[in-house]
Amino acid sequence: MSQADATLTAPPPARREKLVTADGTPLRRALERANRRRKLTALALVAPLLAFILIFFAFPIAQMMWRSVDNPQIVNALPRTLQALETWDGQGIPDEPVFAALHADMLEDLDRPRREQAIGPLGIRLNYELSAARSAISRTSRDVPNFEAPFSDAFTDAHRLWGQPELWRIIKREGRPLTASYYVAALDREYDEAGNIVQRDENRRIYVSLFGRTLALSLAITFMTFALGFPIAYFLANLPMRYANLLMIAVLLPFWTSLLVRTSAWIVLLQQQGVINELLVNIGLISDGNRLNMIYNQTGTIIAMTHILLPFMVLPLYSVMRTIPVTYTRAAKSLGATPWTAFRRVYFPQTLPGIGAGGVLVFIISIGYYITPALVGGQSGRMISNEIARHIQQSLNWGLAAALGTMLLVGVLVLYWLYNRLVGADSLKLG
Amino acid sequence: MALPAYYTAKDKIWHYAFRVICFAIFFFLLAPILIMIPLSFNAQPYFTFTREMLTLNPDGYSLRWYQDFLGSDSWMRSIRNSFGIGIAATLLSTSLGTLAALGLSRSEMPAKALIMGVLISPMIVPLIISAAGMFFFFSSINIAQTYLGVVLAHAALGTPFVVITVTATLVGFDHSLTRAAANLGASPTRTFFKITMPLILPGVISGALFAFITSFDEIVVVLFVAGVEQRTIPREMWSGIREDISPTILAVATILVMVSVALLTVVELLRRRGERMRGLSPQ
Repeated sequence: MSQADATLTAPPPARREKLVTADGTPLRRALERANRRRKLTALALVAPLLAFILIFFAFPIAQMMWRSVDNPQIVNALPRTLQALETWDGQGIPDEPVFAALHADMLEDLDRPRREQAIGPLGIRLNYELSAARSAISRTSRDVPNFEAPFSDAFTDAHRLWGQPELWRIIKREGRPLTASYYVAALDREYDEAGNIVQRDENRRIYVSLFGRTLALSLAITFMTFALGFPIAYFLANLPMRYANLLMIAVLLPFWTSLLVRTSAWIVLLQQQGVINELLVNIGLISDGNRLNMIYNQTGTIIAMTHILLPFMVLPLYSVMRTIPVTYTRAAKSLGATPWTAFRRVYFPQTLPGIGAGGVLVFIISIGYYITPALVGGQSGRMISNEIARHIQQSLNWGLAAALGTMLLVGVLVLYWLYNRLVGADSLKLG
Repeated sequence: MALPAYYTAKDKIWHYAFRVICFAIFFFLLAPILIMIPLSFNAQPYFTFTREMLTLNPDGYSLRWYQDFLGSDSWMRSIRNSFGIGIAATLLSTSLGTLAALGLSRSEMPAKALIMGVLISPMIVPLIISAAGMFFFFSSINIAQTYLGVVLAHAALGTPFVVITVTATLVGFDHSLTRAAANLGASPTRTFFKITMPLILPGVISGALFAFITSFDEIVVVLFVAGVEQRTIPREMWSGIREDISPTILAVATILVMVSVALLTVVELLRRRGERMRGLSPQ
């Protein structure tokens, strides 16, 4: 036996020639080639989806983010004016050559085919910075062919705005292909006369406080889902599988039910003539005139979103709690810990990965939520997403919408990175 | 489940109090959804129980909101749209997603983490941002307000679910089976359809269901990318809630709850079958 072993393990007679495959290629090269082919096959399988996502998802978002700094309007419309403005010191009204250049720019633009005219976009762009700028531009451009020197008088007669240094400062400042002004506006700042970035007047600050409110609401919702999710996850995790699977339906049914259905359910329950108010009035707890305002405000947003996002907290918590052995708590108790101490010192720390995972997940989802706040949030329950949608659909300030969206996206990606560090994306469980 | 004999009175109170709290939370989860079902049979255009309903008087109940729903052209169109767009988007995302998952679960796949990150990004990016980006891009290539645009958008949103579920199924996949098939002379395509596909089918189906429900329930992208012709059920509900809220919404909601119960059952059965097949079930 030992002799046979010895012959088997004995080193083969030393051979100088390389190992080759049947057709004579060196083994190393054949292996490399085979590995390369397998790598290419794997890539080829992923390629269609990767291309699809890059074209129809990643590219559109990158393009949208680009809008937050893209600033071609003034450069396209007023090349000569910008050149003439280079020597202007920013004080008072520019000299006659600048107005002459403006006249030439506008005249040239009028000769272009309508679709290529740059004056329309210019008016829209300037209007973001200075209201009434759009009407100034459009009214002046109609009269431009009749203007005669001196042009500075002709322009200021056509619209008073041309006589204001503020408009000229904006044209000079924003006469660059890239701009920071959308971000300046998104942070509730503006440029002062000297070109410094300063805070806006108190009553014109919107976005910072809206971001703050979005964060506060998301935190409140995350905390609510934790407060409600933890007990039932614990309860389910400590039930025999048969009962747990049955009761799990109570968590999964809302999860699978249409978002619009759940939101309208809360409207039905919470509105002034809704089920809860009727019930309270009928049993005499509140009078008919004092019906509770539970919807179209922050309360409505928090209640409805807690309900909608609760499964996202319960599911990760449950899967973590299932893996915690009961014996640890028992051991703590047998060593003299009270049930509360055993829970606090032994059980609870082991649930932290689940709390982290569920918490970050709920927070990420709620921070970018749009539908529910839009339907039940009223004015005080609005979130940053609603403001982004308003700028895209109603006020048409796409640059500002892009700036707000980019800030939101960066925030979410940072949180997701954190989530990934905490639990790993692979453990993302569905259903 | 009898209580342990060593429980003190305080333990017992806590034990029952905890149960009451838990059932209150379960009630909070289920009641809002279930309460719409009886209300959808309300004979009056109110969102609350009338006296007739509470006394179980048959006059208090009617099917008028269901008739409203079935007789409305815009609701019927929204049903066709929801299913048409949902099925088309699911087919696209399931086929692309399954292929990608097969590639991703190969050990020789380069830059796996990075590619996975890109592929599941539609699930992470807030919908409002995806919708805004798609709105601008689809308008610029003239597919905004077309069926093609909505299908492509929904397919992109659904793929992460397919990739994740199919990749998870492939974790327990025994690769010696495909090697054996190849060894016996089967071509890669034949191996895929005869060996791999039947084994990963539960994962593919549940991924497809997730993709379908994503599209079926999606509203933000529809609000931005779809035109009047492409209005889906959620889009129709959205205007129902915003403009003239009538109990027709509740009839639709009841039907949708039934759909979700059906889907939940299928997914649950698939999950159990998958666990049994991989010997993961604790029972």
